[in-house]
Amino acid sequence: MPEYSWPAADQRALIGKRITRVDAPAKVSGLAKYTYDVKRPGMLFGKILRSPYAHAKIVSLDTTAAEKIPGVKAVHIIQGPGSTIHWAGDEIVAIAAVDENVADDAVRAIKVKYEPLPHFVNDSQHPPADAVEQQGPLSADDLFDMLDNQVPNAQIASQVQQYGMTAKADGDTLKELKANGANDDILNAVRQATVHPDSAKKPKGNYQKTAAVVQGDPDQAFKDAEVRSEGEYGASVITHCCLESHGSISEWTDNSHLLVHMSTQNVSGIPGQMAEPLKMPAANIRVHQDHIGGGFGSKFSPDRWGIATAQISQKAVGKPVRIMLERDSELEVAGARPSAFARVKLGTKKDGTVVGWESESWGTGGPGGGGMPPLPYVFNIPNQRKQHTSIRTNIGPARAWRAPNHPQAAVITMGAMEDAAAKLQMDPLDFFLKNLDLTGARKDVYREELGIASELMGWKQKWRPRGENREGSIARGLGLSIHTWGGRGHASECDLAIHPDGSVNLKMGSQDLGTGTRTCILIVAADTLGIPVDAINLQIGDTLYPPSGGSGGSTTIGGVSSSTRRAAVDARDALFAKVAPALNAQPADLECANGTVRVKGDASRSLSWEQACSRIGAMPITAHGKNPDRSKPPDLTNSGVGGVQMAEVEVDTETGIVTVKKMVAVQDCGLIIDLKTAESQCLGALIMGISYSLFEEKIMDPISGRMLNPNMEFYRLAGLADIPELVVHMMTGKGYDERGVIGLGEPPVISPGAALANAVTNAIGIRISHIPMTPERVLATLEQKADE
Amino acid sequence: MRPFEYASPRDLSQASLLLNKTWGDSEILAGGTDLLALMKDDVVRPKRLVNIKEIKELRGINAGPSEIRIGALTTLAEIADNAAIMQNYSALAESVNEAASPQIRNLATLGGNLCQRPRCWYFRGGFGLIPKYEDGADMVEDGDNRYHAVLGNDGPAKFVSPSTIAPALIAYGAQVRISGPGSPRQIPLEKFFVIPKNESEREHDLRPNEIVTEVILPKPASTMRFGYYEVRQKKAFDWPLALAAVALDMDGNTVKSARIVMGAVAPVPWVPADAANFLAGKEIKEDTVWVAAQKSIEGSKALKHNSHKIWLAEVAVKRALLKAAGGTA
Repeated sequence: MPEYSWPAADQRALIGKRITRVDAPAKVSGLAKYTYDVKRPGMLFGKILRSPYAHAKIVSLDTTAAEKIPGVKAVHIIQGPGSTIHWAGDEIVAIAAVDENVADDAVRAIKVKYEPLPHFVNDSQHPPADAVEQQGPLSADDLFDMLDNQVPNAQIASQVQQYGMTAKADGDTLKELKANGANDDILNAVRQATVHPDSAKKPKGNYQKTAAVVQGDPDQAFKDAEVRSEGEYGASVITHCCLESHGSISEWTDNSHLLVHMSTQNVSGIPGQMAEPLKMPAANIRVHQDHIGGGFGSKFSPDRWGIATAQISQKAVGKPVRIMLERDSELEVAGARPSAFARVKLGTKKDGTVVGWESESWGTGGPGGGGMPPLPYVFNIPNQRKQHTSIRTNIGPARAWRAPNHPQAAVITMGAMEDAAAKLQMDPLDFFLKNLDLTGARKDVYREELGIASELMGWKQKWRPRGENREGSIARGLGLSIHTWGGRGHASECDLAIHPDGSVNLKMGSQDLGTGTRTCILIVAADTLGIPVDAINLQIGDTLYPPSGGSGGSTTIGGVSSSTRRAAVDARDALFAKVAPALNAQPADLECANGTVRVKGDASRSLSWEQACSRIGAMPITAHGKNPDRSKPPDLTNSGVGGVQMAEVEVDTETGIVTVKKMVAVQDCGLIIDLKTAESQCLGALIMGISYSLFEEKIMDPISGRMLNPNMEFYRLAGLADIPELVVHMMTGKGYDERGVIGLGEPPVISPGAALANAVTNAIGIRISHIPMTPERVLATLEQKADE
Repeated sequence: MRPFEYASPRDLSQASLLLNKTWGDSEILAGGTDLLALMKDDVVRPKRLVNIKEIKELRGINAGPSEIRIGALTTLAEIADNAAIMQNYSALAESVNEAASPQIRNLATLGGNLCQRPRCWYFRGGFGLIPKYEDGADMVEDGDNRYHAVLGNDGPAKFVSPSTIAPALIAYGAQVRISGPGSPRQIPLEKFFVIPKNESEREHDLRPNEIVTEVILPKPASTMRFGYYEVRQKKAFDWPLALAAVALDMDGNTVKSARIVMGAVAPVPWVPADAANFLAGKEIKEDTVWVAAQKSIEGSKALKHNSHKIWLAEVAVKRALLKAAGGTA
């Protein structure tokens, strides 16, 4: 069993250098083809009839008129009469026609009768004023609803354990639950659940409180605390707003084989998810994707509309069927980041040591309730009491959004920390430094990063106590936040071949989410083989290639670089064995560098790469690289990073408009493969962070239950002019490189909301409690200050 | 796609004949930046589109000794880039440059900008100009009205006038020429905008078979000063929350007469005459402009979620006045 490791710093030809992404020319010239660009011969266009009601029962459905429209090729009912709709925009019927206009006409020709039911879309109050608490046992229907609403398996299982069931589940119910996606945890919980038949008739509630979680002795801690501060903090629901909307094109290449082009973060994982609903072997489904226009956590599943493209294609004798979501649907149904709000009390000693935390938090992620933010975030305060209320609302379901629950937890925790520092009249930087012991294993990383960030921001020169940096109507302020993430590489496999002519190809099922995955795979392979990046032919994005995990949780870089390194090392060693006799050396004495295979320390005994490969023989050298799953300890990858961000803002106190002047991000992620794409990842995260901190909000109409801004004029995204000077510093070298490769997708997007909210608070002199910090929120906060 | 007829007349009389006498049956197509989106979203369903882009006389900017005439088909980009406009109507050039995005300014026309439909999210969601729930309740009043009108909102219409360049044009004393079945007519642009009282009315004085042909701006006297200010959340490509365009006729440091026009706060560009009259005979100073700003929002009424817009309207007026007087906003 060979051992794998990364080359030492002085042995790295490419790893860790600043290398421009290999697909940049294709992307800027428009040659890069996204799923949205795929045009297949005879392709039909699918459109979906969506519910105008946020909560309703479908009474009747008549598609006859639609079917008669010339050009309509297939009509597929997704949810028929009797179904309950839980959010506006939910899918009811999919139609395929010869062009988009005919499909639109057909959708309009469908007659549906709904029985509207009361809906609930408000999440800003705790407990919700007009909502009913749900307590007590669940029915099988509740479970089907939860599965349908994409409630996480673990949450369903824990609710069954906590509340029991209204009836004992029989074998058929269990089978059906399994068919609907329930995992073994849920099934076991249902089998073992206590049964309370008498409570079957209870009304269904909108919210559910978790039991209070207590650590240490919070009562005593607050009694002993010398200073107590409290406040309210939170982040509203936002959407993923992928610039390439969700969607796919499916076609049956023969009676039993399906080809799917899909905009997905999870190429290798899609066939398994389509097999069950299509009742066909996963092995007969091929998925392909070249480039993706954004996913951010919302594109792991084929989605109902993706399954529908395959079903409609089957009805339309195998013709390719395309469904890409319209912009409004993209914003209404294809992904939401749950809201999270909290009232927090913090107890500290006069010297700044934090001793106690109390929080009451709440939030929603749609019909499935919300995710629970990990509170208190990063700082493990010794004495805590916390309780969370999950609110079920009739808005489109939540999906993972870059670092699920962490940005919200950061806004809440770092806000409470900054408030405590202000109450102590301490510079928050000193206050954070004072409490770094509470951050555990990464405290020294944070200390080093805080020092660097402070230098890059000019924190000590610029920082003033709250509200004391004003010039006319302009108030200036600084804020900071720290964050953490895991990021160990996922399971990943690849095949590498070195051909006798010296050409090399590498095949892997992974996608490139736009993060530079292609470039990083090539850097690892090229660095290992001692050849240039462009000497390797890389093929990714297809289930024809070895499987590689979904790009979520910042797991891709660790996974693909580990599998690539293994394959490249094995292939290289096989090449050494073939070449050693010609160089009159032992294989172990050889090295690959600068396009040569040579004897270490003896430049005179060297072959060019091509000469070396000509000794391979007739058949290429092949090697299979496999990064093991989490059952084994990691070798080339690792988990756990820390980052620090600082923000400088100007607030126009007359208009409430916030202008970001500068942001600094200092981040570690173990061994960096490509410094340039790593920095880009942080820059992109800062931009996305400014956008969600100032502009983005999914605005729901309380009365119609519909999203009011499913467009890009009132669902605002930051524009170029809204982006200030961004400074990124990546931690590298000793203490970092030897940890192995760690993911970077999520960490830098966690802190912007917290850092910016703290900066605005520091500027205007009063806590701004919620993001996005719109002019109306800033003005309302200033008015509150004037009233005090 | 709902079927429609497409007509491309060569002159105004043909165009007028092609336009139906009922609103909504036919629509005028110029730049199409608003109309096509409304059609795709099924918010408007015209039976006939009358493309006026072939009518040559609607094009071009003509600068004369006493006035400048801007044809209705002139694009926003052409207006912003015109030397005479940049020189003599800088506040107008500023407002045009702040509208939309470069791509849209390259296509959108002056006439279309004045006749564009409101951005009210209930209207754009297909609930109508005066949106009502199934039970007859007022959607705007009961719903989310953070961007709706704070002035002129006593009637059923509560959207805000979407044109961000109309206030600057009105401040320059613009007249609008209108062609229809009879002889052409000319009215002050201020009078062109009206608040609809029911769903079947529009937001302007046009008859369904009339067309805006040009806008005429008198050449400002050398004693005139102009200022423009938009309160906008994003730095570019965003609808303002409030805006103001002002004209001051100065006698030395003293205001002889003033005109204040506010945008994005009422269903029409809002012209607070008392606030303007107040400034006559006064010097432009911080305290005077605050009083004028307060007077300019007299009669305002906040809906449930938009009280901040009253304040922002005041700030916009104050800053536009200070800019006109040469100070910093």
